[in-house]
Amino acid sequence: MSTALGLGVIILGLGLGIGLIGKGAMEAMGRQPEMSSKIQTAMIIAAALIEGAALFAIVVSWLIS
Amino acid sequence: MRLFICLFVLFFAVGGRAVAEELTEHGEEFNATEMIMHHIGDSHEWHIISFNAGAENEFSVTMPLPVILWHNNGLHVFMSSKFHNEKIIALGDDYAVLEHGHIYITDASGTLVHDENGAVTNASPLDFSITRNVASMLLGFAILLLLFGTAANGYAKRGGLSVPKGIQLLVEPAVLFIRDDIVREQIHSKRKADFFMPYLLTLFFFILINNLIGLVPFFPGASNLSGNISFTLTLAVISFLTINIFASKNYWKHTFLAPGIPLPIKIFIVPVEIIGLFTKPFALMLRLFANITAGHIIILSLTSIVFVLGTVAASPLTIILSLMMYCLEFLVAFLQAYIFTLLTTLFIGIAVNDAH
Repeated sequence: MSTALGLGVIILGLGLGIGLIGKGAMEAMGRQPEMSSKIQTAMIIAAALIEGAALFAIVVSWLIS
Repeated sequence: MRLFICLFVLFFAVGGRAVAEELTEHGEEFNATEMIMHHIGDSHEWHIISFNAGAENEFSVTMPLPVILWHNNGLHVFMSSKFHNEKIIALGDDYAVLEHGHIYITDASGTLVHDENGAVTNASPLDFSITRNVASMLLGFAILLLLFGTAANGYAKRGGLSVPKGIQLLVEPAVLFIRDDIVREQIHSKRKADFFMPYLLTLFFFILINNLIGLVPFFPGASNLSGNISFTLTLAVISFLTINIFASKNYWKHTFLAPGIPLPIKIFIVPVEIIGLFTKPFALMLRLFANITAGHIIILSLTSIVFVLGTVAASPLTIILSLMMYCLEFLVAFLQAYIFTLLTTLFIGIAVNDAH
């Protein structure tokens, strides 16, 4: 039960974080289409780092349950 | 394209059938969790297909794999089919039994001791077996060798600057993409970038081929190699060593001394930096493991819908959902290989680049 609740909260934060990155990247690409490839790389790196933090939280929520 | 779709549907149909037949094997009550855990785990034999599953005349085709055990300073090698013929196998003075894909040391009558949680407490021999995952990795090696061997032969025959032909057309854009858009972008010195290229290319294609083999729903695929924590741990440790062995003096100075930062903040920053050395590969390990395992679990769960509901009428739902998940997993297979390579390159870049 607590694991499920924890996972839900993690997904909430993760979705919000990656969603905001996507939003920022798309707005930046719309403003400067010629920088798309660089923005894309930076976007994926930032998303991966957020995902990493979320994965830590998932592992901890499994371990303490 | 149409051929591709036909093949895809055919693959799926055959794969779904194989799973279906295996499911009924265990009889009346269908346990989705058990089935899923069995499929994403490792095993000592490679199950191909079962006929008349659950019936009296059940007949399943499995590929036996070699079991290699080290016990009491002795090496024991035999095929896993031996466990079917004789349940208890003599290893020198002791005996071994296979229980839920795990080999335990027992007495002559094969007694297993369970603790209060139901876990087996018998000792295990050191197990170096060629399991399903290892066999699938060897298959991956073979495919990569064939692919790149053929491409390399083409370059040897026609010269490095010739127009690419055949397999080279598949390999060259991928290699150039990794070199120009990942490695040279993150590692500024061209000499150093080319020095790390062989490792990063190997990393990318090795993860990619294993992800793709894992997505093939029938023999010789469907193993969950890149969703195995030992596999991703090994890759992460190699990346960790590569990052730290080739790190510049400047990088270590900034990690341990943090120059230019006031002392009170330094007390907090330096431990965080040191922990950061280990969390980076740890996150690499977990990311690949979690993404691939989650993909396998989702596809298997969608397949189990039919068996949980116990009706064929649910199969259109299963097929449509699984097909969509397969497309997504196909993307994820490439994306995770890309991200693992990109982040490793990024960390190497941080460690080896000169200060600005």
